[in-house]
Amino acid sequence: MIGAVFASVVAILLAVAPASQATSPSPTPSPSITTFQNNISGFLRDDARAPIADVTITARSGDFEGTAKSAANGSWSIGVPVQGTYEIELDESTLPEGIKLADGQENPRSVTFSQTSNLSVIFAFGEGIVVQQQDFGQNLLNRLVAGLSFGLLLALASVGLSLIFGTTGLTNFAHGEMVTLGAVLVFAFNAIGLPFWLALILSLLGGGLFGYVQDAGLWKPLRRRGTGLVPMMIVSIGLALSVRYVIQFFFGGATQQLPFAQSAEIQLGPVSISPNNLWSLVISAIVIALIGIVLLKTRLGKATRAVADNPALAAASGIDVDSVIRIVWVTGGMLASLGGILWAYYRPGVTFDMGSQILLLIFAGVTLGGLGTVFGALIGSIIVGIFVELTTVFGLAADLKYVGALFIMIVVLLFRPQGILGRRERVG
Amino acid sequence: MDFGFIFSSAASELFSPTTAAYALAALGLAVHFGYSGLLNFGQAGFMAVGAYGFAISTLTFGVPFFVGLVIAVICSVIFAMLLGIPTLRLRADYLAIVTIAAAEIVRYIVTTNQLTAVTGSANGLAAFEGGFYAMNPFPAGSYMGMNNRDFFIRIVGWGLVIVCCTLVWLLMRSPWGRVLKGIREDENAVRSLGKNVYAYKMQALIIGGVLGALAGMIFTLPRGAVQPANYGTELTFFLYTCLLLGGLGTVLGPVIGAMIFWVVLSLTQGILYGLIESGAVTWLNTVQAGQLRYILVGVALMLLMIFRPQGVFGNKKELAFA
Repeated sequence: MIGAVFASVVAILLAVAPASQATSPSPTPSPSITTFQNNISGFLRDDARAPIADVTITARSGDFEGTAKSAANGSWSIGVPVQGTYEIELDESTLPEGIKLADGQENPRSVTFSQTSNLSVIFAFGEGIVVQQQDFGQNLLNRLVAGLSFGLLLALASVGLSLIFGTTGLTNFAHGEMVTLGAVLVFAFNAIGLPFWLALILSLLGGGLFGYVQDAGLWKPLRRRGTGLVPMMIVSIGLALSVRYVIQFFFGGATQQLPFAQSAEIQLGPVSISPNNLWSLVISAIVIALIGIVLLKTRLGKATRAVADNPALAAASGIDVDSVIRIVWVTGGMLASLGGILWAYYRPGVTFDMGSQILLLIFAGVTLGGLGTVFGALIGSIIVGIFVELTTVFGLAADLKYVGALFIMIVVLLFRPQGILGRRERVG
Repeated sequence: MDFGFIFSSAASELFSPTTAAYALAALGLAVHFGYSGLLNFGQAGFMAVGAYGFAISTLTFGVPFFVGLVIAVICSVIFAMLLGIPTLRLRADYLAIVTIAAAEIVRYIVTTNQLTAVTGSANGLAAFEGGFYAMNPFPAGSYMGMNNRDFFIRIVGWGLVIVCCTLVWLLMRSPWGRVLKGIREDENAVRSLGKNVYAYKMQALIIGGVLGALAGMIFTLPRGAVQPANYGTELTFFLYTCLLLGGLGTVLGPVIGAMIFWVVLSLTQGILYGLIESGAVTWLNTVQAGQLRYILVGVALMLLMIFRPQGVFGNKKELAFA
C-alpha cells in the first residue's frame, strides 16, 4: 500500500518535472524573433521626439501572430515568416499617460511588404496633430528628387559595368555582388569597432581590390585563352552565384542596418527629403562628375576611350591595353562599392542579395543609354531611377515599381536597340 | 554518420519529380541554347508561366485538368512570341538581358498584392492538383516504397521526359533541326541560303518555352503549391548548370545533367549534415551547409564553362560558341 502510494508520487513527480523545467524562464531570447528573415519595425516617438517605451504592437496575418514591445529608445521590431500583407495593431491601452495617437492615424492598419525584407511602420503621436495629406504636386516633386538620388546611385554601379563592357565586351552578371560587397564590408568593419569613416574607406578599397582580383585571377587569363563573350557571361553567372552565397555564408540571411540609417525627413525649400538621400545625391553627383572629367580630360581617360573603341588599334598605337583594363576593373569595383553603400541607405538595410535585386535595374540603365557608352549609362540610370520612383505616384503599386523600368527597357530595345546614346551599328 | 541513409536519399533524387522537372526545363534550354544558340536566361519565367497558367485556370476558372494543361501551354507560346518579337533580331547579350528581365517581370506580377485574389501573391496558390491525382490509375498501396500518388507523379513526369526527349531527338535530326544547327554555326550563311532565320529562331524559342512550361507543371504538381519565390533567376542559373553538366547540343545531356545536379546536391547535404551532427565539423552550422552547396554550384558552373564547356556527353564541335 505505502509502496504503491510512493510509486505513484514518484511517477507524478517525474511527469511534472520536465513541465516545470519548461515553464521556468529561459535566459536566452526567444528564437522566433531572430529566425525570421523578414521584419516589420519602427520607432515610437511623441511629438517632442522623445522615445516611447513599453508599448505593445501586434502583427497578424492568417494564423501568424507576432508581438513586440517598444524598447527604451522607442524601437520595435517583429519578425515575420513571409513577406506579404500584415495587420498591425498598436495597443493603445499600453501607451503612457497623456500620449495619444494623432488624429487620422489608422489603428489597426494593414501594411504590405514591397521589395525589401524590412518594412517600417510609422505611428504619429501627439495632440491635434493631423498627418498632412500630401497633394499630388508635392508628392511628385518629392518622388522626383528621390528618383534622382536613386538614379545617381544606380549610375555609380552602371558606369562601372558600362566601362567594363566597353573595354572587355563582358556582360558582368557578378556586378550585383560587387554592389553588395560594398555595403557588407562597411557593416563588417563597423561591427568590429572601426570608426565609420575608416569603414567607408576600407570598403571602397575592398571593392577596388575585389575588382583587381577578379580581373587578374579570372578575366585576364580567360581573355588570354581567347574565351568567347557568351562563355564569359556564363562564367560571370557562376561567379555571381558563388559570391552571393559566400556573402550569405558569413553575413547570414537577416537584414542589418548601417550606422545612421534612421533619419527624419528634412524640409529643403519645397522638397522634403531624408538627409541620407540628400547626401547620397550629392556624393554620387560629385563622383560621377569626377569620372566624367577624368574620361574627357586626362590621358588615362583618353586611353580608356580608345580601348573601348578598338582594343587592337589602341594596342597598336602604344596604349597598354591590359593596364587600362585593370584600372577599369579597380575603378568599377570601387564605384560599385560606393553604389552599394548608398543603396544600403536608400532601401534602407544591408542584405546578402541587395545587389542582385538591383542588378537588372543596372542592366536596364546601361542598355537604355547604350551598351558600352559611359554617359549613356549615366543618363539611362537616371531615367530608370526617376521612372521607378514616379510610377508609384501615378498609381502603380509599390511592389510593381521595378516592373515599369524593366518594361521600358524592353520597349526601348524594340525601337532603338542601340540605346539612347549608342552608335548606330549592327547589334543583331 | 549513416551512409546507408545518405546514399539512399541521394539515389531517390535520381528519379524524383523535381529532377524530372529540371530535366525537362534544361531540355528546353538545350533547344534554345544548345541547338539554336539563343541565350535564354528566362527559363524560370517560362516555368512560372506554365505553373501559374495551370494553377490559375484550374482554381479561378475551374477548368478540368487537360484544359488547364492546354491553357498553360498556350500561355507559354504567347510568352515566347512576346519575348521573341523584339529580341530575336538582336545580339545574344541583348536577348539574355531581355529574357532575364521578362522572367523577373512575370515573377513580380505574380508576387504583387494587387492580384492576390488571382495569384495568391507571395503565398502562392495551392490545392489545384486534385484533377491530376483523380486520374491516378494505381490503387492505394506501396509501389517500390512509395505511395500511389508519389509513384503516379514519377511515372507521368519521367514518361513526359522520355516523350519530349524522343520528340527533340527526332526534330533535331530532321531537316528543320539541321537548319537550326546551321543558324547556331553561322546565321548569315543560313540566311544567304534563303531560309527565314527569324522564323526558325521563333519556332525554337516556342518549343523550348513549351518544354519549360511543362517542366513548371511537373515541378508544382507533387508540391501541391506554386510560390513565386521558387521562380527567381537562380532557378534559370541552376538549369544552365544542369545543361552544361550534361552537354549542350545533346538530347540526353540535360537529363543526365539534372540527375547529376540533384544527386550531388543531396550527397553533399547528407555528408555535410552528417559531419556536423557527428561533431567532426564545428565551424559550420546546418544553414551554412546549405549555402556551402550553392557556393559549390556556382564554382562548378564556372569551372565547367572554363575547362569542359561541352559537358560530360557533349561534342566540342557542337558548341553554340567558339
